Amino acid sequence: MHSGYWLVASVFLPLIAAAVIVFIPDDRKDIVRWLSAIVGAGLFIISVYVFFAYEVGRAAGSAGQFCGPEYQFCIRYDWIEKVGFLGPHGISLAFGIDGIAAPMVLLTGIVAFGGALISWKIEEHNKDFFVLFWVLVSGVYGTFVALDLFMFFFFYEVAVLPMYLLIAVWGSSSVFETFSRTKEYSAMKLTIMLVAASILIFLGIFAVFKEAGAGTFDLRTLYGVQFDPTFQKMVFPLMVIGCGVLAGLWPFHTWSPDGHVSAPTAVSMLHAGVLMKLGAFGIIRLGIQLLPEGATFWMPGLMILATCNVVYGAFAATAQRDWKYMIGYSSVSHMGLVLMGLATMSVIGVNGAVLQMFAHGVMTATFFAMVGSVYDQTHTRDMRLYSGLVNRMPLFVFFMGVAGLASLGLPGLAGFIAELNIFIGAFRTYPWAGALGIFAAMMTAVYILRMMSMAFFGPVDDRWSELKEMTYLERGTAVLLLGSMLFMGLYPAPFIDRIQESVRLLPGVS
Amino acid sequence: MTNGLNLDYTLFIPEYLLVGLVILVVGLDLFVPQMRKSWLSFIAAAGLALVAGVSLAWIDKESNFARIVAIDNYTTYFRVFFMATGAVVCLASGKLVEDKFRHPGEYYALIILSTVGAIGMAASRELTTAYLSLELLSFSLYILVSFEKFDARSNEAGIKYLLLGAFASAMFLYGMSLIYGVTGTTYYSDIADSLGAGTSDYSFAMLMGLVLMITGLGFKVAAVPFHMWTPDAYEGAPVAITAYLSTTSKAAGFALLLRLFGGAFQVVHDDWSWMIAGIAAATMILGNLVALQQHNMKRLMAYSSIGQVGYMLMGIAGLSHDTASALVLHMTGYMVSNMAIFVVIIAWYNLTGTEEIEDFRGMRDRAPLLAGVLAGALFSLAGLPLFAGFVTKFILFQAVTDAGYFWLAAIAIVTSVISLYYYLAVMKQAFVIKPAEGEGELRVPLLMNGLAAALMLGVFYVGLYPQQLFEAIDNATSFIFV
Repeated sequence: MHSGYWLVASVFLPLIAAAVIVFIPDDRKDIVRWLSAIVGAGLFIISVYVFFAYEVGRAAGSAGQFCGPEYQFCIRYDWIEKVGFLGPHGISLAFGIDGIAAPMVLLTGIVAFGGALISWKIEEHNKDFFVLFWVLVSGVYGTFVALDLFMFFFFYEVAVLPMYLLIAVWGSSSVFETFSRTKEYSAMKLTIMLVAASILIFLGIFAVFKEAGAGTFDLRTLYGVQFDPTFQKMVFPLMVIGCGVLAGLWPFHTWSPDGHVSAPTAVSMLHAGVLMKLGAFGIIRLGIQLLPEGATFWMPGLMILATCNVVYGAFAATAQRDWKYMIGYSSVSHMGLVLMGLATMSVIGVNGAVLQMFAHGVMTATFFAMVGSVYDQTHTRDMRLYSGLVNRMPLFVFFMGVAGLASLGLPGLAGFIAELNIFIGAFRTYPWAGALGIFAAMMTAVYILRMMSMAFFGPVDDRWSELKEMTYLERGTAVLLLGSMLFMGLYPAPFIDRIQESVRLLPGVS
Repeated sequence: MTNGLNLDYTLFIPEYLLVGLVILVVGLDLFVPQMRKSWLSFIAAAGLALVAGVSLAWIDKESNFARIVAIDNYTTYFRVFFMATGAVVCLASGKLVEDKFRHPGEYYALIILSTVGAIGMAASRELTTAYLSLELLSFSLYILVSFEKFDARSNEAGIKYLLLGAFASAMFLYGMSLIYGVTGTTYYSDIADSLGAGTSDYSFAMLMGLVLMITGLGFKVAAVPFHMWTPDAYEGAPVAITAYLSTTSKAAGFALLLRLFGGAFQVVHDDWSWMIAGIAAATMILGNLVALQQHNMKRLMAYSSIGQVGYMLMGIAGLSHDTASALVLHMTGYMVSNMAIFVVIIAWYNLTGTEEIEDFRGMRDRAPLLAGVLAGALFSLAGLPLFAGFVTKFILFQAVTDAGYFWLAAIAIVTSVISLYYYLAVMKQAFVIKPAEGEGELRVPLLMNGLAAALMLGVFYVGLYPQQLFEAIDNATSFIFV
């Protein structure tokens, strides 16, 4: 039995940090940095604790707290109830995690801590930056742990809210010969696309609440409602496309490369690393769990789109010369694998999807952190201009290389076990998708190795003679991220145990 | 007691006090000319706050005056609501009035007087009384809009508002007379009884009456297609009055609409709900789309407020106790957020003399607190969480969906995403664009900073812990269906 206060702390600590930072004077930049680092460390510790204290094998046990045996760390405060159309527990601050949310909480802790450290060097209005950054982190935690439909959506939107300013103020524009994207453009595109997508979720929630007629947004109650199959088939696409846009679902992925390229390093890390997982997580919580029959009906469709994601993303990444765009498109491709795993609706496939969510989160965060450390010095991301970086920044090349290898699925690193599960699941259900997926994984090898040969090796270019090795903070962040990547790659049991147990309980997943 | 009617004049004590306050403010201005004019704004605001406190004495004491005016929790809620809005406007006007107007007493007096009218609109349970209150509000506003006597824009705005307003009043009056012809009474509850007994013999006359009344009130709340006066009146009016127009004037219109349609016409809901639904849809779409291309902050707020009216009208279209409380909750959240934005606009205008969106550039560096409040309040209007707008919109849209208007809720959400675009464009100026050379930090008066911060707290209160507020509103709106 664990206390839900851990989850409350994970959601409100960043929010309180944001509120405190608002009152720190503009010129005390170091206080803001230290405070953020401490909060990041605190969140990291909380997340690690929550992940490891999550008890495997309880899910089959007897009901304990209000939320039943499937969820742990449960806690509930009634927020608005017994007024208007809201019945008892109408909208409640209900938190709890299952084996799927547990690794996501860990992931958020890792990336948020890393992001806070990486952002140490931000000078311009760093106070504003950290206020928005912590609001974003709070939103992410809240979505992962919410057991109330309203709260799920509330925090989901909280995570989208600060993005415009984060990108438009601290981001960077891309000007590339004839190609130009201002940061304001990318920020607006990302914000509007994500908020527009949430229209669909909004509508889905309204419809579900009305149809259920239970007067409450409590997810556990709603999971117990048997919705009419036709209704499920109508609403499921709303939920899945709505959440899918955030997960980078093709053809609604276009915000993702632009947004991630323009965003400042820490925001790219958090957004590509964690926020996109919110989308996939939403498909599980609001799609598969809430509308199982809709899921069974529509999953073949999702499989087609996911396959497009995987293949298209890989090809697009191969064509990029901008470092961050390459990572952005590789994210699209890897998130496609997540969606592919979910679409199999098989235990092993969904397992792989959740594993991939974690693995991709860590490695893409590493990518963005590393590229950020070079970009801050050179102010160009054109891979063709770099050459022989290994002579100047050996550590950088090492970290980037390991992340790259994880990305192409090298055994022993995080990506392998996840992709293996997904491909097995896909081959069992949709062999053609599995085949295309493997093909795309090969393409991953192509663009990763191409990047390495272009930028890391070869003769040293004179113009980079001033280039310095990564700062200690960046090294620390890289070690943190790389450590988690290795941990999961070499010892995936804690992850698989937790995930598998909860995945088996998902309705319709066999 | 005469003829069994309750003629308890003490029910109007808050209104007497307000009229007393009017006389006091005008008198001070007239007879104590050496007094500092800025005091008047404090006196007016303090008076309003005080009377709002007094009016709390009527909580949970349901009563009525000769059946024409109801003093119940609904009235009390709106008494407090309107006086609070009035007080904020008075405080925010201080500097503006001192700089521009020669007769500040009249300005504050008219604001207080219009508050009386607004309260009357919320309290009336009889058509002619409602009409008189409406006119009291409107006439005060006509003068206030054109208060900047030597400014052509202000005059133009005043004339336009006056002409269209008078036209709308006439429509409303004509509609009233038709309803009277059909039902033989002007009391809401008697109208409901009469209509409940059957409408087949005079359905056309009733329909015409409803159409005309909806048109008249549509003008007052600025619903499409009766919104044409709004942008011009908003742009021309002194900026504090623009704030007042977009809150009290609209809220009063809705208070009247709720009481009237809930009390008198709920029995023939099917006959009019489609009209309101159509108007609501058009209002949301047009308001938000046209707002996209505005360059002037006041015009932007005008169109954004038209969009907001559309959301609120949905609550009338699917009128029930649930939607009524959701509507009032949303209106309250809107009032606080909108006021916060206007306080920022007023403060900025006082310091820089401009109200173009472009000129908001660099606000982050020049007036950090104002910029923060602006961002929060704009997010609130756009309906993003942590701020009032998310919860109130969510509850309103859910209530509308439950009432069977899923398609309206869908339009509402789509348009509210559109609105995010133009709100972000304002934020871009304030946060992303750097101030031009030589534009240093501004000294924002403590009063304006304090007012903005206080309103921001209100936005957070509604957004983060609305349980008590929502309960109070839910209780208040239960009285309109009597």
